[in-house]
Amino acid sequence: MTLSRRALLASVSAAAAVAALPKFVFAAEELKKGGVLTVHLASEQRILNPALRASTGVYIITGKIVEGLLDLGPDGKPVPVLATGWTASPDGKTITFTLREGVTWHDGKPFTSADVQYNALELWKKHLNYGTQLQANLEAVDTPDAHTAVFRYSRPMPLDLLLRALVDLGYVVPRHLYEGTNPLENPANTAPVGTGPFKFVEYQRGQYIVAERYDGYWRKGLPYLDRVVWRFITDKSAAAAALETGQVQLSAYSQISLADIDRLKKDPRFEVSSRGNDGNTFNNTIEFNHRRKELADVRVRRAIAHAIDVDFFIENFLYGNGKRATGPIPSLSKAFYPGGSFPYAFDTKKADALLDEAGYKRGGDGTRFSLKLVPVLNGEDVPQFATFIQQSLAEVGIKVEIVQLDIAGALSTIYKDWNFDLATGWHQYRGDPAVSTTVWFRSGSPKGAPWTNQHGWQSEKIDSLIDAAATETDPAKRRALYADFVAEVNRDLPIWFATEREFISVTSKALKNHHNTPRWPSSSWHDTSF
Amino acid sequence: MALLSFALRRLAVSLPSLLLILIGVFALLQLAPGDTVDALLAQMGGGDPVQTQQLRTFYGLDAPAAVQLGRYLWRLVQFDLGFSAIYGKPVADVIAERLSVTLLLMVASLWFAAVGGVVLGIIAARKVHRWQDVVISTVGLLFYATPAFWLGLMGVVVFAIKLGWLPAGGFEEIGSGKTGLLRALDIAHHLVLPTLTLGLIFLSIYLRIMRASMLEVSTLDFVRTARAKGVPDGAIVTRHILRNALLPLVTLVGLHAGTMLGGAVVVESVFTLPGLGRLAYESVIQRDLNTLLGIVFISAVLVIAVNFVVDLLYARLDPRIRVKGH
Repeated sequence: MTLSRRALLASVSAAAAVAALPKFVFAAEELKKGGVLTVHLASEQRILNPALRASTGVYIITGKIVEGLLDLGPDGKPVPVLATGWTASPDGKTITFTLREGVTWHDGKPFTSADVQYNALELWKKHLNYGTQLQANLEAVDTPDAHTAVFRYSRPMPLDLLLRALVDLGYVVPRHLYEGTNPLENPANTAPVGTGPFKFVEYQRGQYIVAERYDGYWRKGLPYLDRVVWRFITDKSAAAAALETGQVQLSAYSQISLADIDRLKKDPRFEVSSRGNDGNTFNNTIEFNHRRKELADVRVRRAIAHAIDVDFFIENFLYGNGKRATGPIPSLSKAFYPGGSFPYAFDTKKADALLDEAGYKRGGDGTRFSLKLVPVLNGEDVPQFATFIQQSLAEVGIKVEIVQLDIAGALSTIYKDWNFDLATGWHQYRGDPAVSTTVWFRSGSPKGAPWTNQHGWQSEKIDSLIDAAATETDPAKRRALYADFVAEVNRDLPIWFATEREFISVTSKALKNHHNTPRWPSSSWHDTSF
Repeated sequence: MALLSFALRRLAVSLPSLLLILIGVFALLQLAPGDTVDALLAQMGGGDPVQTQQLRTFYGLDAPAAVQLGRYLWRLVQFDLGFSAIYGKPVADVIAERLSVTLLLMVASLWFAAVGGVVLGIIAARKVHRWQDVVISTVGLLFYATPAFWLGLMGVVVFAIKLGWLPAGGFEEIGSGKTGLLRALDIAHHLVLPTLTLGLIFLSIYLRIMRASMLEVSTLDFVRTARAKGVPDGAIVTRHILRNALLPLVTLVGLHAGTMLGGAVVVESVFTLPGLGRLAYESVIQRDLNTLLGIVFISAVLVIAVNFVVDLLYARLDPRIRVKGH
């Protein structure tokens, strides 16, 4: 949508005309149908199937076209989408979903429990990242009738874990298009068919994706928007320019530069905030390779935590967007956050003392020992944090050499070759610690799996806490187990989650009903309008 | 007939270098840590080891590097560029979608640079050391020293954001439904800034070459002879000096065809054009070996073709250089 001069003039005169009318006309006009929302995307996805790929980059597109069993409501609790109700058996091994009736796929076929059965067993359990772990104990999905799906597990599955995880890992694609094919090569992966408010129209590689209103949507009268267009703009400055010229009206998940985000905050045409992103928090991490004898000593790890002024980094490098984390579970995860503070405050004297105590005295040039730091470039702040770590640790006599690699190279260097002393990147929290957080700490993960415990560290206590929490069906007991887990991690500091941050969206103020749920950029946008 | 055999001979000479280039790129990407599955895992935010292994098998990465290279070359002999890991379809299709955009951008920029460079170079040479020459040379130097991405971004800030005359990026208006001439105009409108950005650096090179070359040729004996014969000034410039002075320029244009493909990466990123340059960048980041090799192959063929045309142009400009002589 290019704003031409003529259109601008027309809209100015229209605005003048509207301004002359009484105020109540505005109220009646609110949430009108129509309009095209153009969204900025920084990178292209290989496949557009959220039942095969769990990532925000996939959801921001396919979340409008394909729907899941549930989503998060405004208060952060799971709300029905394709599932209308759920119950768990007392032993926690059987979970029954009641499915919505009268829902049709975009190709006109009805949505039934057979679809859910196929997705759960063939896609989520076999191919979906994080889904394979979540559904590892899923034995069968029974379909007593067309609108009931009974999930049967070999070990107890906590209902609250499943519901929170299914918000991301419970998208359903049509069985009739996937059955009998290799799901990874299915043509519907790049031309998605779903039950959502928008119907896929066109995908021009390297340029844009278009979806239009689906008239047979089950929420009658919705959506408001006529079309959603996603434009691929890889260059961050070009993306900011596209926002400013009105070519795009939304850029979510912090995909433009932090400097531009800060600049656009002052622009009255945009809302720049992390509202509606509290379901997707992330941390700046510092990972230790415990195979290095220095780092295997908890005093050295604590000294490193004491030596880095995280608040200074947030204030000066992140433009104040974020806060110091207090442990591996973010404060926004209300169901599990145990409170408390981070035990190792910024204190270089203490850091020096701890390092001396550990037996690593400063040498003639003031250096105690050298470490190799590998940054994983999840975002523009990662190389900055790497430099900040380097300079902070130099103060306490630890020399840090930064190894610059692109993201694929860094992942294989750290998690496959274990060729690092320190690593830094992002940890993304996905609603429940059991989805993508505890894998960072649980020992026994085979070599080569990124963002898992490849750090040569093992604690039987933490392993058993993680395992117990993953099958504990009483929410209060789970909460207590995770509080113990946080306390243990903070004591031993095997990995340090230094910051706690939310993604930031830049949205045109012309848009209404946006960012009104905790994972809004990924959600279906059925009630969003101009 | 002579032309055809000349073309075939050129092709035969090019084949070994083409093969070397492909093997070199393949080896370079093997040396880079991480493969396309690592890149994919980075994009999707992690996955478990079994799934990772599944994906490696799916992309054919479980075989040794030599076997993979052998497979690739064998497919290439059968004119099959393989399957793109990022886009999930044949590389030939992916490249075909992008080629026209890059070609359009390249041809437009080269034309702009060559024509602008020649005209400004002639003016500068004719008015050497006068104010026109000083202005043209200074401005040329300025553009030569400015990085393309900065020039592009400033163009966006001034012409798209502040003035609103030109679009900030993209190849055409999305979903406008324009066809025929209207669509061509729309695309042209979108390509003004990218063409200028990519072309200006080359323009400044050409105008300097042209100026120097004009000045040099105009001191040669045959020009003096022509003057002595009483040939009018205009005719001396166009028929005698220009034709000879163009030779070094044509050489450079041929060489720059390759450089431009590289420069296109930056310009295509800044202006979000769906061209080959951005595709190449994306394939490196995503370790999409097939696509990258495909792009290298097509680019090499393009450069060879352009240089072939340049050789033909030589013969046309200067009959002393005969096609057979090569």
